[in-house]
Amino acid sequence: MPDASTLFEKVWAEHVVVPETAATPALLYIDLHLIHEVTTPQAFALLRERGLPVRRPDLTLATMDHSTPTTPVSSFRDLAVVGESAANQIRQMEMNCQDFGIDLLGFDSAHRGIVHVIGPELGASQPGKTIVCGDSHTSTHGAFGALAFGIGTTEVGHVLATQCLLQRKPRSLAVNVSGQLPAEVTAKDLILAIIGEIGVDGGTGHVIEYRGKAIRALDMEARMTICNMSIEAGARAGLIGPDDTTIDYLAGRPRVPQGDAWDTAVRRWRSLCSDEDAEFDKSVSIDAAKLQPMVTFGTNPGMVLGVNDPVPDVGDASFRKALDYMKVTPGKPMSENPVDVVFVGSCTNGRLSDLQQAAGILRGRKVAQGVRMLVVPGSQQVKMRAEELGLHRIFTEAGAEWRESGCSMCLGMNGDTVASGQLSVSTSNRNFEGRQGIGARTVLASPATAAASAVMGRIADPRTFN
Amino acid sequence: MDALTSLHSRTVVLPIRDIDTDQIIPARFLTTTTREGLGDALFHDLRYDQDGQVRQEFPLNDPATRDCDILVAGNNFGCGSSREHAPWALLDYGFKAVISTEFADIFSNNALKNGLLPIIVDVDTHNWLLAHPGTELRVNVGDSQVELPDGRIIEYPIDAFARYCITQGIDQLGYIQQQSDAITTFEETRSWKP
Ligand code: SF4
Repeated sequence: MPDASTLFEKVWAEHVVVPETAATPALLYIDLHLIHEVTTPQAFALLRERGLPVRRPDLTLATMDHSTPTTPVSSFRDLAVVGESAANQIRQMEMNCQDFGIDLLGFDSAHRGIVHVIGPELGASQPGKTIVCGDSHTSTHGAFGALAFGIGTTEVGHVLATQCLLQRKPRSLAVNVSGQLPAEVTAKDLILAIIGEIGVDGGTGHVIEYRGKAIRALDMEARMTICNMSIEAGARAGLIGPDDTTIDYLAGRPRVPQGDAWDTAVRRWRSLCSDEDAEFDKSVSIDAAKLQPMVTFGTNPGMVLGVNDPVPDVGDASFRKALDYMKVTPGKPMSENPVDVVFVGSCTNGRLSDLQQAAGILRGRKVAQGVRMLVVPGSQQVKMRAEELGLHRIFTEAGAEWRESGCSMCLGMNGDTVASGQLSVSTSNRNFEGRQGIGARTVLASPATAAASAVMGRIADPRTFN
Repeated sequence: MDALTSLHSRTVVLPIRDIDTDQIIPARFLTTTTREGLGDALFHDLRYDQDGQVRQEFPLNDPATRDCDILVAGNNFGCGSSREHAPWALLDYGFKAVISTEFADIFSNNALKNGLLPIIVDVDTHNWLLAHPGTELRVNVGDSQVELPDGRIIEYPIDAFARYCITQGIDQLGYIQQQSDAITTFEETRSWKP
């Protein structure tokens, strides 16, 4: 390693158990393993088959989020709403956690929620940690200056059994964001613009570090929105160096070090940053001041433009296939499209500040006739806080549905789906064909844009509401 | 995982960029708790319309492609989610290799751990393969080489360790377990504890 190193290189180096060679990848130690019901059953089955225990149940944190209902669950019979196989998966998760001694934040837990919302909320996601989960949006936890990335089920088995992973070291990509975001332009708009700029494979093989004045100005929830969508640019992970904002957020959370250990940890965290002359393999720059509210127009998150800009008319067969699927017309802005469904939630935009943004627009207004709006808090804690602030009343009075936490309509696994042909404005992270339901047409946007669109009944610019 | 040392098959071509894991296997099929039987769900919504009718125009629905082991797809194959169900479904359907100009990182990792070979080729070769469905290819996995019908040999990049595991049918968990002393030492001697 050169003398000057990046934050990513520092975290990586601290976790190498066996260094990489030309013939073999590095063996990397994992500090926090988050697990959920969908990508673990086959991994636990392997452990049972080989008679292996979980090496560090104390470094493993489990919840259920992907296939869970967002209607209240008071007994297992209620699980029937999501179908027999999903209910079976949920039961297996309970059994696996019990048998292997893993702490499960299950249905009766006030801390249950989307895995990427609860890790930070509990203070388990901390600077300098290596964090993995059988889920690509694990990049979210990079907001704390952790090296956090998604893995497959075979690797989930490796981590359960050994607390380690075989990894080749990725390259580094600096995304420098200068300037200041204009009013009503949010972190979601910024990350969509970044993906539009570098492309859905622009980050492949790289770990992104988001840097610059505009990033420093973001609060932790906004930083999580940014890092969350790193994978949508193909990146292995995305991270942001910890600072006062990070430490203030973590202070007092249940799973942070306590007493003297907190002071020691804070000293260590403060030293975690890229050295000034550290070199990145690649870098790109973006001026935040030039941005506007962004919406997607195609079937991947890189097909994105300003809400009032005309849909481009250039592209190959895949591009035209996407426009056909979305039923959008080149040359016209997305704001001309009528909306059927609005979804506010997910690990991208299901935290309290996201709900506050949406409620800010909806206060005293109504969801347009014929539009279905679903608001799904990212966790039970988010739900509780939102209810303390009365946000749920703003939503229900406007005509939106207020639900229990979970992934819900982000991937439509639990029965919360968008019907075929319907246009959905969604605060989630993927507008892939069929992601929210067979034939569903998804437009990704910020919570403010989503709420504005719900009120107008067509895709709308939230800036016109002030 | 079975050892994979060579392949000899015709190709089936999906000339689409950025095929994501939701298209490879839609989320509603992920409630399974096993890895078997996912071949039926592979590319489900591309293979069938909403009434469950076969979409005749979709290349995999041509009976002549049914015994193809090699899929040729557009750039950035397998982007999106970390679901290992994607390579499980491809393997269960019968594919043993996918050729593209680029693969998403997690997909590529998952594929290699299950004996599905991601083959990265240059743009010209890729364009030629896209334009010539049904081309007969030979793959020598040990040498990381693809042989085209005209005898031209193309070497593709692959991680040496992944290639070793795939040609020997070695499961990486056993390899990691052999390092258990190093893991214990790391846990005991690191400067801070998580
Ligand atoms: S909210 Fe969506 S993206 Fe996030 S973990 Fe759940 S399914 Fe994945």
